Amino acid sequence: MTDLASPARPAARPAYRPRSRVVTFVTMQPLGTAGLAIILLMAFAGIFAEWVSPYDPVINDFVAMLSPPSLEHPLGTDAFGRDILSRLIYGARTALAIGFISSFVGCTLGAAVGIASAYFGGRTDLLIQRFLEILLSFPIIVLALVVVAILGRNLVLGIDVNLICAIAVPIVPRVARVIRSSALSIREMPYIDAARAAGYSAPRIIFRHMAPNVSAPYLIMLTAYVAQAILLEASLSFLGLGVSEPLPAWGLMLSGSSSDFYREAPWMILFPGLAISLAVFAFNLFGDSLRDWLDPRLKT
Amino acid sequence: MPSQVTYKLYGLLQRPRVMQASTSLSPTNVSEREAFAEAGGAAIAPLVAVDGLEVAFATARGQVKAVDGVTWAVRPGETMALVGESGSGKSVSALALMRLLGRPAGRIVGGRITFDGRDLLSLSESEMRALRGRALAMIFQEPMTSLNPILSIGLQIMEPLRVHLGMNEAAARSRAAELLRLVGIPDAERRLDQFPHQFSGGMRQRVMIAIGLACDPKLLIADEPTTALDVTIQAQILELMKDLSRRLGITLILITHNLGIVARYADRVAVMYAGRVVEEGPAGALFAAPRHPYTIGLLRSVPRLDQPRRGRLATIEGAPPNLLAPPEGCRFAPRCPYRIAACAIDPPLREIGDDRRSACHRVAEIANGLAGDADAATLPAAVGVARPLLEIRGLTKHFRVKVGGIVGGSAMVRAVQDVSFSIDAGRTLGLVGESGCGKTTVGRTILRLEDATAGQVLFEGEDLVTVSRSRMNRLRTDIQVIFQDPYSSLNPRMTVGTIVAEPLRVYGKVRSREEARARTATLLEQVGLLPDMAERYPHQLSGGQRQRVGIARALAMEPKFIVCDEPVSALDVSIQGQIINLLDELQQRLGLTYLFIAHDLAVVRHISHRIVVMYLGRIMEMAERDALYEKPFHPYTRALLDAAPIPDPVVERGRASRALTGELPSPLAPPSGCVFHTRCPLATAECKATIPPLREVAPGRFAACIKV
Amino acid sequence: MLGYIAKRIVLMIPTLLGVAVLTFFMLRVVPGDVVEVKLRADGAAVTQAVIDRERARLGLDKPLPVQFADWMKGLVTFDFGLSMWTGRPVIDEIGVRIGLTLQVAVMAALIAVLIAIPLGTISALFRDSWIDYLVRMVTIAGLAVPSFWLGMLIVLALLTLFRWSPPVTYTSFITDPVANMSQLVWPAVAVGYRYAAVVARMVRSSLIEVMQEDYIRTARAKGLFERMVVVRHALGNALLPAITVIGLEFAFLIGGLVVTEQVFNLNGIGRLFVDAVARSDFVLIQTLVMLVAFMFVSVNLVVDLLYGVLDPRIRYR
Repeated sequence: MTDLASPARPAARPAYRPRSRVVTFVTMQPLGTAGLAIILLMAFAGIFAEWVSPYDPVINDFVAMLSPPSLEHPLGTDAFGRDILSRLIYGARTALAIGFISSFVGCTLGAAVGIASAYFGGRTDLLIQRFLEILLSFPIIVLALVVVAILGRNLVLGIDVNLICAIAVPIVPRVARVIRSSALSIREMPYIDAARAAGYSAPRIIFRHMAPNVSAPYLIMLTAYVAQAILLEASLSFLGLGVSEPLPAWGLMLSGSSSDFYREAPWMILFPGLAISLAVFAFNLFGDSLRDWLDPRLKT
Repeated sequence: MPSQVTYKLYGLLQRPRVMQASTSLSPTNVSEREAFAEAGGAAIAPLVAVDGLEVAFATARGQVKAVDGVTWAVRPGETMALVGESGSGKSVSALALMRLLGRPAGRIVGGRITFDGRDLLSLSESEMRALRGRALAMIFQEPMTSLNPILSIGLQIMEPLRVHLGMNEAAARSRAAELLRLVGIPDAERRLDQFPHQFSGGMRQRVMIAIGLACDPKLLIADEPTTALDVTIQAQILELMKDLSRRLGITLILITHNLGIVARYADRVAVMYAGRVVEEGPAGALFAAPRHPYTIGLLRSVPRLDQPRRGRLATIEGAPPNLLAPPEGCRFAPRCPYRIAACAIDPPLREIGDDRRSACHRVAEIANGLAGDADAATLPAAVGVARPLLEIRGLTKHFRVKVGGIVGGSAMVRAVQDVSFSIDAGRTLGLVGESGCGKTTVGRTILRLEDATAGQVLFEGEDLVTVSRSRMNRLRTDIQVIFQDPYSSLNPRMTVGTIVAEPLRVYGKVRSREEARARTATLLEQVGLLPDMAERYPHQLSGGQRQRVGIARALAMEPKFIVCDEPVSALDVSIQGQIINLLDELQQRLGLTYLFIAHDLAVVRHISHRIVVMYLGRIMEMAERDALYEKPFHPYTRALLDAAPIPDPVVERGRASRALTGELPSPLAPPSGCVFHTRCPLATAECKATIPPLREVAPGRFAACIKV
Repeated sequence: MLGYIAKRIVLMIPTLLGVAVLTFFMLRVVPGDVVEVKLRADGAAVTQAVIDRERARLGLDKPLPVQFADWMKGLVTFDFGLSMWTGRPVIDEIGVRIGLTLQVAVMAALIAVLIAIPLGTISALFRDSWIDYLVRMVTIAGLAVPSFWLGMLIVLALLTLFRWSPPVTYTSFITDPVANMSQLVWPAVAVGYRYAAVVARMVRSSLIEVMQEDYIRTARAKGLFERMVVVRHALGNALLPAITVIGLEFAFLIGGLVVTEQVFNLNGIGRLFVDAVARSDFVLIQTLVMLVAFMFVSVNLVVDLLYGVLDPRIRYR
């Protein structure tokens, strides 16, 4: 009845027209869009801090010490008379840069380890798994502190490379574990068997066939760990083991003199804490929506 | 077994409460049913009537009416089958009847459902709850996930007894044990304390039936109850359900896509298509003379187990409509060979006499023979001279598997044990068996996706087991594969064009981008797709289209030999026929050789020249197609053929039900001697002791059985 | 089951040994010498002989493998060595502080779990209602607010609302429960918020998933009361993954305390750890790391055993 030589007709429905991905995301995930908007706003302020901020963040002004929020200083000043709003804006640069770079480094390394572990399997996999298990038995901040203790400080272009290491290292095993399990399930997929049956090389299968399929969990974790990294950086800076003065950083703004004076000048801690919370909140909101959007079944 | 069931049933009836609850069990009721059958049944009011039911689902892309104006009725004691392909709305309408649609996405937006004189849609949620599990019971498709993994079987059976009948712990427990015995689970007392993971799939489905029957319901709905089970287990479960529903006078609604099951078990049939009933009537009349083009097409596109191959399958063109934007008028019209201008107007489901209904404008013409007989094209002779292309000698594959969790031990699975056969060039060898028989492992070992433990795989004289990796990679262009699941066998991140062209590029079969594009277009056309589909991603295609892409990918290498691993078992009946025809045609045009791995005996009969039957890693029987189906020698082959239902009520009525007893043994601990002896009706002590060799019992026919 | 427990305990050993090796040798590869830092602090002129004597006293002049073996021996016999900074036995330094830290951690965990499970359940059952949105916002905020900042806010709030600050000196629960609680309940709340948020999110998402399982449909098809469907059939299954998170997060809690103890001026393990890192007191660091790792591994063991009790698929094999 059917003529096989003639192509199967595409059913009588309009040709497939994908809506723009951005439009779908915005309409389907309003909360995530709000998160993204906050992130973009902070990134903008951080990048153009020189133009956006009203004062120089490092110059002391002993006349204006501990002044409450006013027209001159919308968010008040700290114990050295530095403008808090300006320090927050410059702090956004520090937080986002360190947060993004360390999350990127940690997640990428973790993904590489996870995929390799899953693809090669056997003894290699077992060995890597054991090592990750050891790293996983350190709580994040403890591991970061150990790395700080080992490496000390090492400033390159104004950024503490060792601090980034300290934040990235605890991320690696956590990402590797998730990516490994999703790579393992992908390895069992018939399309990987088809690629093996076609005789493709291992690198081709790993990079062309497996890697693109773990990009969803990778992206989701990348966002989630930016939030974690910002929080971790703030904690380390608060302890005096992260970013050091005079570089403006949110965690730093909560420590030192702020810890001593915040009962009298609450604005000193109120706004930096809010900034940290807002940034982390925004990334979590965006990350959650990204997860719902890319892969509803995946949970990190 | 039936006599045992009767006995247990008698015991069951001794309980006063049950007695009271099930007056319909009395013999008078059964004779009443027979009387009603003789009278044509018109006088008896239906137990369930669904009238103009509409169910809508809210999806991200808009509202989908999964059920759109469905009407059917079932009389007391009848078995009614709801048949249709996936997405036809058959399960949804049953869930709507139970008012169990997934909230909040699914809603009943129109129609009426009457059950036993009550309007179900007007009942409050608590009134409805009191009916569920009491008067209405339901069994689901997936026995593996339908039972709560952390609660004991006993507790799960006792729950409805305690909630609906108010039994105390002890009474409920003893009744639960009786129910387990009733559904054929031995050692009931002990098994009540066990958990679902300690039961096999077939056993879990028996437990589900026990739960369904617990409160002696008036109506039992079984939603694809055996689709996830092997064919011999399927036969056991269906026989059990038929037996129990007849004896207990329970009205049964059987939802299935398998026309054979309908023919064997149903009194009435409602055929559904794209959210509507297109034809309804008594099973015998409907199968003998279908009155809707869709029913006609469906019946013709199924390969038949009981008939020799007639050449190409008649199929239904195209694919079912997208319910987000269903076509105007008759929904089947775009695929209908008999469509006329009037089909733009929606045909109502109307009475056509003899207690039958059809939704087609051309019913009268169809009754007068518009459709004619299926075109019986002659079977083309096999091409080429018979010479073996692939020869397998003593192939053995053992796996070491971990047992238990992190700290468990390991065990050996003897997946394939001493398997030998050969495939002639240009022919198809069908490899059949139930799950765990090793058929897929044989295919994977040939492709060297697994390394053989022992034995040889000779491809044109070269041993694929020992050949070097680089030589194997060169040979891979000759040997290709098509997988079962069209959803997971294509990389979701690649376009169709990339998928098909990748082997061309890797093996340097094309020199430029343009050449690759042209070659891809040709390949897509060859498998019946449009060249512009190259730009799409797999998720934008239907199941049948994806399977065509999989075939195009295999053809790109210009292979001589293709391993087809269950290539049609995930597809709907009407699509399945299209793919089978395509494979057939490609074989003739390109002189391909196939290893066709499948569990569906009818499909294998249709496509294969020679057939190998496997059970628990070993070959049971091997013969030419027609010889095997006409007179199977091995008791296992016979059991398989008996278990598979044939889509023809007349044939089915003439067949004795000889369901194989027992469970499929675990491949981790195969039985000693002949692996089949635990279930074989002919088994003796000798079978337990010696492994029967595969020997030639007639010219060209091999069987591994000492009784043959 | 007993064999299972024994096997699990044996499996802890290689992990802990790995932690020990990693920590010990990583700390030793760095340049810089704590003794020198300590003795030459404030620019004091100290002779090499004095430094050498101090090094010998601390056992730092021996080869690394010997030092490691000594440390291992010490770990087994509860002799953890001397702090490089204070010179007092490490076990004493830890001993006086661990009670406080554990008390805060356990209190935080209790508060969190008691709030999180009902919160997550309600959120899941009323999915996409205003309650659900509220819970989701509150829990995402819980992940975002740094516990040390929350601590500061709590102190500030107590001060402005009640003109009262929590006591700064530690009283044990036995001598004066009221004074003890009035000091320690605030840090417990500060670190418990995040804990509660994580657990509530897990309970919510896993309950939503479980409610879509086939066996829930079966339970409804049996005509069970919705309350039974949720409590007996859904929650039992949904809490299994939540237990894992409760265990994992307990270890995180210790991490959270590292920072929060500073805010409340608590002299606990966290404070000790930060000081040790700031002073490169390797002996103290390595022992504290081992302590934390040991707690982590033990909590995981308890979680696994709990799983074994609750999940018949593990219990009967």
